[in-house]
Amino acid sequence: MKSFNFKEIPKTSRIDALKEDLYRNMPEIEASRAVLVTESYKQTEGLPMVTRRAKAFSHILKNIPIIIRYNELIVGSATIAPRGCQIFPEFSYKWLEEELDTVSERSADPFYISEETKNTLRSVFPYWEGKTTSELAYSYMAPETKLSIEHNIFTVGNYFYNGVGHVTVQYDKVLKIGYRGIIDEAKSELEKIDFSDADCARRTAFLEAVIESCEAAILYAKRYALLAKKEAENCMDAKRKEELLKISENCERVPEYGAQTFYQACQSFWFVQMLLQMESSGHSISPGRFDQYMYPYYKKDIEKGIITKEEAQELLDCIWIKLNDLNKVRDKVSAEGFAGYSLFQNLIAGGQDKDGNDATNELSFMCISATMHVLLPQPSFSVRVWNGSPNEFLLKAAELTRTGVGLPAYYNDEVIIPSLLSRGLSIEDARDYNIIGCVEPQKAGKTEGWHDAAFFNMLKPLELVFSNGMDNGVRISVETGDVTKMSTFEEFYDAYKAHMNYQIKLLVNADNAIDLAHMEKGVMPYLSCMVDDCIKRGKCVQEGGAVYNFTGPQGFGVANMADALYAVKKLVFEEKKISMETLKNAIDANFSNGNDKSYEITLEIVSKMADQGVNVEKDDIALVYKQVQNAIGHETEYGKILKMIEELPRFGNDIDEVDMMARDVAYTYTKPLEKYKNPRGGAFQAGMYPVSANVLLGSQTGATPDGRLAFTPIADGVSPAAGRDTLGPTAAANSVSKLDHAIASNGTLYNMKFHPSALSGIEGLTNFVSLIRGYFDRKGSHMQFNVVSRETLRDAQAHPENYKNLVVRVAGYSALFTTLSRALQDDIISRTEQAGF
Amino acid sequence: MDFNDVTGRIFDIQRFSVHDGPGIRTIIFLKGCMFRCKWCCNPEGQNYEIEKLISDGKEKTVGKDITAGEVVDIIARDESYYRRSGGGVTLSGGEALLQTEFAKAIFALCKMRGINTAIETTGYIPFEKISEVLPYIDYFLMDIKHTDDEKHKLFCGKSNKSVLENAVKISSVAKSYSVRVPVIPTFNDTKEEIASIAKFASTLPKVDKMHLLPYHRLGQDKYTGLLREYELSHLIPPDNEKMAQLLNEAQNYFKNTVIGG
Repeated sequence: MKSFNFKEIPKTSRIDALKEDLYRNMPEIEASRAVLVTESYKQTEGLPMVTRRAKAFSHILKNIPIIIRYNELIVGSATIAPRGCQIFPEFSYKWLEEELDTVSERSADPFYISEETKNTLRSVFPYWEGKTTSELAYSYMAPETKLSIEHNIFTVGNYFYNGVGHVTVQYDKVLKIGYRGIIDEAKSELEKIDFSDADCARRTAFLEAVIESCEAAILYAKRYALLAKKEAENCMDAKRKEELLKISENCERVPEYGAQTFYQACQSFWFVQMLLQMESSGHSISPGRFDQYMYPYYKKDIEKGIITKEEAQELLDCIWIKLNDLNKVRDKVSAEGFAGYSLFQNLIAGGQDKDGNDATNELSFMCISATMHVLLPQPSFSVRVWNGSPNEFLLKAAELTRTGVGLPAYYNDEVIIPSLLSRGLSIEDARDYNIIGCVEPQKAGKTEGWHDAAFFNMLKPLELVFSNGMDNGVRISVETGDVTKMSTFEEFYDAYKAHMNYQIKLLVNADNAIDLAHMEKGVMPYLSCMVDDCIKRGKCVQEGGAVYNFTGPQGFGVANMADALYAVKKLVFEEKKISMETLKNAIDANFSNGNDKSYEITLEIVSKMADQGVNVEKDDIALVYKQVQNAIGHETEYGKILKMIEELPRFGNDIDEVDMMARDVAYTYTKPLEKYKNPRGGAFQAGMYPVSANVLLGSQTGATPDGRLAFTPIADGVSPAAGRDTLGPTAAANSVSKLDHAIASNGTLYNMKFHPSALSGIEGLTNFVSLIRGYFDRKGSHMQFNVVSRETLRDAQAHPENYKNLVVRVAGYSALFTTLSRALQDDIISRTEQAGF
Repeated sequence: MDFNDVTGRIFDIQRFSVHDGPGIRTIIFLKGCMFRCKWCCNPEGQNYEIEKLISDGKEKTVGKDITAGEVVDIIARDESYYRRSGGGVTLSGGEALLQTEFAKAIFALCKMRGINTAIETTGYIPFEKISEVLPYIDYFLMDIKHTDDEKHKLFCGKSNKSVLENAVKISSVAKSYSVRVPVIPTFNDTKEEIASIAKFASTLPKVDKMHLLPYHRLGQDKYTGLLREYELSHLIPPDNEKMAQLLNEAQNYFKNTVIGG
């Protein structure tokens, strides 16, 4: 293995100052983009959609207010307010219209909004009635599908309300040839089109839209060049004046042309990253293998002495800050599911190159340093691990883990590469994968992966087994018969599979309806010019222009399902300790916990006493209550059943019998999905992670036979249910590794919580890296860690003012702890904390 | 008899242990000890008899009979982590070597699977017994608690004579030998006492490392749970400054001394 002998470069005072400025105020909603897109759409009615999209993009970039923030080296801001967000009414707006007066008060991800902005938005919204992608998508869905969504079997809110995002484009191409080069490419394709070609009109419209979009991006950068020059003229500080002139020079050059220096490459990268999020409201637009495509510029400048390592590190740190300047407002419910203002811009370092050699370089290390310097949720920083990864690199990454920022997430090449191969990627493309958003692998610049297509609650079909397909008195699934009459476990499990199969079909129906809506109304010529083979095929990624097309909806609740099936199998069918009817009643009664009879009995007694003329004081009631509790005992019949369940072997303790149940039940989601196709010509592929929807969707799910109480969180990702893994990290990791991670090629997510003491000293770090490698040897796919003590988190709940910057790992991403809802905070605290014994 | 079928008595298994030998380890706690060290943090491991312990208001049975084969099946579950970290199994207790046949069987089975082995021992066992197990042990971690016999008797209940003798014999043949010193206030926490232990360590034929393990009170609740008295409740664990002084003193005589496991 290579030796890097990497020397940490300290951060400059500029970085702290930039960070402080960024977090001074609550994020704000701005209306400028909404106004401009509406103006443009009004003028282009009747034109091809791709043309309208390009013209709108161009109109926005010509007119949107721009700003250079104090002391910035990398410029380009989507909003005037730091961490502000723009509005994208072409996708959806009704939720915001309803929330305009409450969005600043809500618990998850509040946004400040001025009265003026509210009024402006109220004046543009009416135009969009009946014109949005979400309305079109809804009209395409089957009535049965709508019913399942209403009954919370799954949610497709992400792409229903927003642009798709979830992509990594060819940053390398823009760095190299600039948008001028791409315009030339589009022009030469245009020349090849014959008037008589069947697709002449569509291709022409697309290529012209690409050219218009690229020109808009160039012009936008030149506006910054001019602004920087003007500010330089008025600048009294000689050093800053020089910086501004340099910025002006950079923006004059990139992204129009290829970058000549590392600094220009950084600026060019940033324009691409930021403008993608101006075109659409999609999140998880991921920089990908930043350490790979930036390295040639870095290496050249260092060798030529154009830049020092210190200067290069500061530029990286500036980009890391800028990634936190972008923001997005979601509807109230989605905000709870994606809590933490997160944009999931996943940036990954290390791993193999396309030929299978280790690709770790000095920039890979500097990316870790940048994350340590800024300690902010963005980028979602990830590290690729393979058998040949230098330990030096992983130890450095472990140091970052130790800070408690929840980063990096670790990904296993040895699982992900074969998994992508099985989905039809070439070996070179598979080796060159990066991660989108939370945990989803794709080949950059060639894929439209729809990686965050839905969240599917695997516990709901289990409820449907007990209700024979009914939910709150409405039939929403197939009939599987009276559960109390089932005579074998196989019969019970088959009923579950029947509901799964039916609901998965509806999930596919929902996703494909939305897919079609984006194909018709949500085309993105700017994004598409940086994804192969759109230019050659003359169509957008939304129309199937990408080389690889997928739809990746997530299933979650594997751990609860394994424990639940095991409990039913053991207690009802094998040991016959309880009847199915009793179990059903116990679940309906939420195992008595939410339904403590002693309270009712007390009330009854007290009212009788009062009836008999006894003067009942407050203290007397307490006394009666206590006596009643003693008399009926804390252990009700259902309480005893709960205890019986809790004493069974649980997933997360390295017990094959339960773990194999988990593996099998995961297949009930991953396998049926594989056979379905999307409108772009690609296949469905399952993921297994919930982002933070496990809390939200858990709150809509009744008690389950695994002993999970009603409305409490569902286990996150493929991790064991909170508190049920009791034998330490290796036992828990072994259980998780027994799942088939490769078939869930849209990614699996394993969250482990560590006490800081387990990572102390170089030995702590070394053992920590060994734990990751050991788990990966067993074909685990992903691992991430929260290294914060329970006491710290409790204190942060009590005194949020002292912990404004406390970043924790939520699920596939990091967020500021104090911005999360109380329920999610509690969930994070209750995840098992693993310490070194 | 097949090693797999040798039965012994344990009271706990801890996976992902990172403080008892190199790498990630699984520790098997064997029940029964002839010492009664007043600071012992595993008092439930002292008696060989299976007993009751009250923990968090619940009664728990301490002690379980199990075959070496069953123990090794559990140990082997973490093989991939041992391989990556250079870890393995550590037998602890109680005094693991009191159940010589059982310890030997576990070690022998581990060696067949290529699992690294370590033992934490008092050394208070006839050397003939120790030498039966020695060939299977990669890391020998042995306590030297005090060089003064009277004090040793007072705090541990037995003489240290055979401990010191065995230390010489074992360290001359063990593959790797480390001395561990629990630093207990009022017992051995003076500079002179630590120096004396370090001097002794330096005279041994081969010692890789000496560990000073600061006293902690984590076992206190277990004494209550066993309805026994914890005699050292008045002691305050040594602070970092004190430990640094003792480390400094020890290093005067034995260079490779560290704080902690």
